[in-house]
Amino acid sequence: MKGHKEKKSAAALKAAFPQTIPILAGFLFLGITYGIYMNASGFSFIYPMIMSLVIFGGSLEFVAVQMLLSVFAPLQTLLMSVMIQARHLFYGIAMLDKFKGTGWKKPYLIFGMCDESFSINCSAKIPEGVDKGWFMLWVTALNQLYWFSGATIGGLLGSLITFNTEGLDFVMTAMFVVIFLDQWLKERRHYTALIGVSVSAACLLIFGADSFMVPTMACILCLLTVFRKPIAKSLEEGSDDPK
Amino acid sequence: MTLSQQIVTIALCAAGTMLTRFLPFLIFSSKKPTPKYVQYLGKALPAAIFGMLVVYCLKNVNVFAGSHGLPELISIVIVIALHLWKRQMLLSVAGGTVCYMLLVQFVF
Repeated sequence: MKGHKEKKSAAALKAAFPQTIPILAGFLFLGITYGIYMNASGFSFIYPMIMSLVIFGGSLEFVAVQMLLSVFAPLQTLLMSVMIQARHLFYGIAMLDKFKGTGWKKPYLIFGMCDESFSINCSAKIPEGVDKGWFMLWVTALNQLYWFSGATIGGLLGSLITFNTEGLDFVMTAMFVVIFLDQWLKERRHYTALIGVSVSAACLLIFGADSFMVPTMACILCLLTVFRKPIAKSLEEGSDDPK
Repeated sequence: MTLSQQIVTIALCAAGTMLTRFLPFLIFSSKKPTPKYVQYLGKALPAAIFGMLVVYCLKNVNVFAGSHGLPELISIVIVIALHLWKRQMLLSVAGGTVCYMLLVQFVF
């Protein structure tokens, strides 16, 4: 029995790893940047190391450095965290079904559901015969390993790293563009994709880069609710994807 | 900030994050059937979220100043072209990123 189980997880790792390579590049780079930033702000490498493990959400961890450097404000810290991370509420709703039946892996899958792990787990075509739960577990764990390694290396080496990596962070943008494009090509009608892009862009223009996500989410929810009939119909018509 | 205040601050950041990640699963337990409306949202949201994430990545691009977002625009066009041509995620991502790095380091 044990041998069978090991085979199952090994096959899933083999299928999962290639999917995470862009994140390997992106997270090592961003993690190192984050570690260097903490180091330069006067914190020991223990801080980025622990924060990458318990928070595991890139944008908030950068903001948390500022919080640690200012006056102790617990309520504000909690509220800020919920606001910055609010988009994860959407991820949970989208993954309610996919995480069903994953057993003991489920709490970790939810714990480690950052933007990148969500995007891969939500969009990847898991090969025939590969265990879904193990696949998603590996994607999540590998991503966290990359982020943790980057943050710790950056915290340890600090400003020793000097080669020109300007622009490497574009790897994350490129990956999201590809995932968005794949989703686009799968659908016959693009109602929700268009809602996502146009609402976000409009809210970004109106509310600015620091506070556009919560209004964006509220507007997306409103539009999806108001236009439920046509959208639900287009979803039922299904995709061109033979699944 | 004292060490214990730092620990509380980090713990609250973690708690806020976990609240947003676990809440949907706590509200809609897998034992009871999920309401139809929420099932619909689960299917309709991913495409909207991916669109939102692309904009989120580009939120600090200023089209009115600096390089006017040209390196981003050119690189995204490269990503899309490569992907429509070969449908290889790694190739599209790597091609777009190398293009972007060259543009911001040498051209703009």
